[in-house]
Amino acid sequence: MTTSYLDDGLTIRSWLTTTDHKRIAILYAIAITCFFFVGGAAATIIRLELATPQGDLVSHDAYNKLFTAHGVIMVWLFLIPSIPSVLGNFLLPLMIGAKDLAFPRLNLMSWYLYVAGGLVTLEALFLGGVDTGWTFYTPYSTMFSNTYVVLTLTGVFITGFSSILTGLNFIVTIHTLRARAMGWFKLPLFVWGMYATSLILVLATPVLAITVLLLIAERLFQIGIFDPAFGGDPLLFQHLFWFYSHPAVYVMILPAMGVVSEIIPCFARRPIFGYRSMAYAIMTIASVGFLVWGHHMFVSGQSLTASMVFSLLSFIVAIPSAIKVFNWTATLYKGSIRFDAPMLYALGFVGLFTIGGLTGLFLASLALDVHLTDTYFVVAHFHYIMVGGAVMAYFAGLHFWWPKVTGRLYPEVWSRIAAVIAFIGFNLTFFPQFLLGIEGMPRRYHTYPPQFQVLNLFSSAGAGVLAIGYLMPLVYLTWSIRHGARAGDNPWAAKGFEWQTRSPPPTDNFDTPPTVPDIVYDYVADEPEFAR
Amino acid sequence: MAADTDAALSSGLQLLGTTASAQALRTDALFLAMVLLCGTVALTLLVLVVFFAIRYRRGSNVDRTPPRELRGVEIAWTIAPLLVFFGIFGWAARDFVTMADPPADALPITVVAKQWMWKLQHRNGRREINELHVPLGEPVVATMTSEDVIHSFFIPAFRIKQDVVPGRYTRLWFTATQLGEFSLFCSEYCGSEHSQMTGRVVVMTPADYGRWLASGPAQPSTAQYGFALFRQLGCSGCHDARSTIHAPLLDGIYGRTTHLQDGRTVVADANYLRDSILVPGKDVVAGFEPMMPSYAGQVSEEDIQALIAYLQSTSKRDAP
Repeated sequence: MTTSYLDDGLTIRSWLTTTDHKRIAILYAIAITCFFFVGGAAATIIRLELATPQGDLVSHDAYNKLFTAHGVIMVWLFLIPSIPSVLGNFLLPLMIGAKDLAFPRLNLMSWYLYVAGGLVTLEALFLGGVDTGWTFYTPYSTMFSNTYVVLTLTGVFITGFSSILTGLNFIVTIHTLRARAMGWFKLPLFVWGMYATSLILVLATPVLAITVLLLIAERLFQIGIFDPAFGGDPLLFQHLFWFYSHPAVYVMILPAMGVVSEIIPCFARRPIFGYRSMAYAIMTIASVGFLVWGHHMFVSGQSLTASMVFSLLSFIVAIPSAIKVFNWTATLYKGSIRFDAPMLYALGFVGLFTIGGLTGLFLASLALDVHLTDTYFVVAHFHYIMVGGAVMAYFAGLHFWWPKVTGRLYPEVWSRIAAVIAFIGFNLTFFPQFLLGIEGMPRRYHTYPPQFQVLNLFSSAGAGVLAIGYLMPLVYLTWSIRHGARAGDNPWAAKGFEWQTRSPPPTDNFDTPPTVPDIVYDYVADEPEFAR
Repeated sequence: MAADTDAALSSGLQLLGTTASAQALRTDALFLAMVLLCGTVALTLLVLVVFFAIRYRRGSNVDRTPPRELRGVEIAWTIAPLLVFFGIFGWAARDFVTMADPPADALPITVVAKQWMWKLQHRNGRREINELHVPLGEPVVATMTSEDVIHSFFIPAFRIKQDVVPGRYTRLWFTATQLGEFSLFCSEYCGSEHSQMTGRVVVMTPADYGRWLASGPAQPSTAQYGFALFRQLGCSGCHDARSTIHAPLLDGIYGRTTHLQDGRTVVADANYLRDSILVPGKDVVAGFEPMMPSYAGQVSEEDIQALIAYLQSTSKRDAP
């Protein structure tokens, strides 16, 4: 038996020059955790400021820079790389029975690009920040803001290449390195999620890169592209931006759906309900998701016809998401359900994603969107998808595969408490924001009329609870690396190739080739107790 | 603040807020239907998940014979939501079309947004800043543009919102159905003092509104001012029946279908007229030479709106 990947070189140098997908996943995990807490710190100050209607904690400009920093960091430096680059990197080769990704050195380069882009963005923040909002709407971002727009966008541009290369790497890996006898419809749904995500990353990110370059060209050289003062069109920017940024939402949520589709069958001891429809739903979301960007622009001045088409397509893209929720629920039927931390997070995901999805229907409805868009309703909606959905699923995945990644178990009771605290804190933070939006409180407001204070106080209090829910895993997971009990190879009695190898896995992933089952998720409800 | 506003504010937690326009009633009906529908769906799922979680918890003594394949159920829960979605789409789209189509006799006002204030003007020339007085029960249509970045004109109590975009006109209309004062917000992030770019809409009885309108300092109406500009800027030198220069006559141009040199036809609306003043080479009328110079930089947004108001007035019987 060879050593585990963790013991295969103990120097810093061996980590920074590694081409092992598992080690690169760890590098990503460390980097995105840092960015998560930087972005979270910005959110903390925002919620403190909004506890009172007056602007009494920070100045207007500081507030505007804080919500911009929060958005830029959370979207590009945490959410987009989170599940794909950490869990995807670690699990993808394991799940299909490969020794590594198709291009291991490209994988390491992706990490360096990501870190370089992240550091450039951070530098812009430390030099004085940027105040355009993460959406960089023109002509404010090109001709009016006097903050570090170009530097921030340079960071985003560099990070984009990391996304493209990771996507490319995953696509080639899934096509060429699957174990013999592992057909497309024997792939775990997590792999399907990674595949769809990678397609979006490869197809959409270049559009972001082009848009960023156009914006920089106008800002630096006054070339009239978006500012009507130079003959440009500000709505062109919005079209280009959302052509990337709407699919980017699916980059966040498709991997999350993949994670949850692994966890629910395992803890319900049932094969996933409607495996094929789940796979088709993932691919449908990824493709139709490219055609709905205009629903961000119903009040922008876009034509009536365009708004009609985008509204209809937005309702259609909701169907596969609905199917997935129904399938997860049906998977519980006749199961034998255990409520360990990964399952608690996963069930939390299903509930919060459902609310996020249903409120999305409100926003897809043209006449309703007129009232609700650009209010806190939108803020609440996308946090239900991105935080309630993507972040919950990331924590679910982290807890599910932690024993595989580290070879250790974490304290069971603490982990369950943390999951429940995060769920309660999340709802306390973001549910009041739906009500604020319905009452008409616009987003990105530093000060607000006093009638909105009660709900804002609930939201700020909730953010405190949520922060505890996020800090707890940081503590006990870190603790478990040294002090946790040995996990064994398969503590959840889970199916899937990654559980057929050791914990932590050897550098080459498998001592003996894994065996392909007849059906994926071949769980049986009356199997003996979990090993744990 | 008026008593109405205080009453509205004190009931801050009511589900839908103040309902003060004809559109608000339609939007609220749709909203309520959506809350009922989505609430039912969410509740059903919650009950199912909780029920399954308890009944099929590990160790409970229940029948766990795997169910046979349920293709019919899968088809049903795909088709049913799709049909419901088409229904919602149609309902919301119908209301949206109504919102995009102001009545022909709506009272026109102009809005110019800039960092960080709203400048509003009534037809008789009376100007306001961050405040808009409107009559109860009469449709009002706002033609809006921005001098700098994108802003958004949002009156929550009316359930209407429209981005205000530099370089073009956008439009929104409403009919107020309740007397009182209502918040006006900028809802598109526009820089440092975005959250201070607020104001109020004052809904008055038509008689009060008439008095209020007449009480301002004596000044030319927007169209009269536009006519003065029309001569002062030299527009009339070419666009006049007596002119020797071959330029299109502009009497009654507003709202007319115009044939262009390149074969297109356009309706000469506010956006077309605005572009013709600032970018004359863009839409050249068939049969004319593109000889007009651009007036960009020589006229303010208010001047352009006045010129358009004048041209509009030549289309109507009630000349300035």
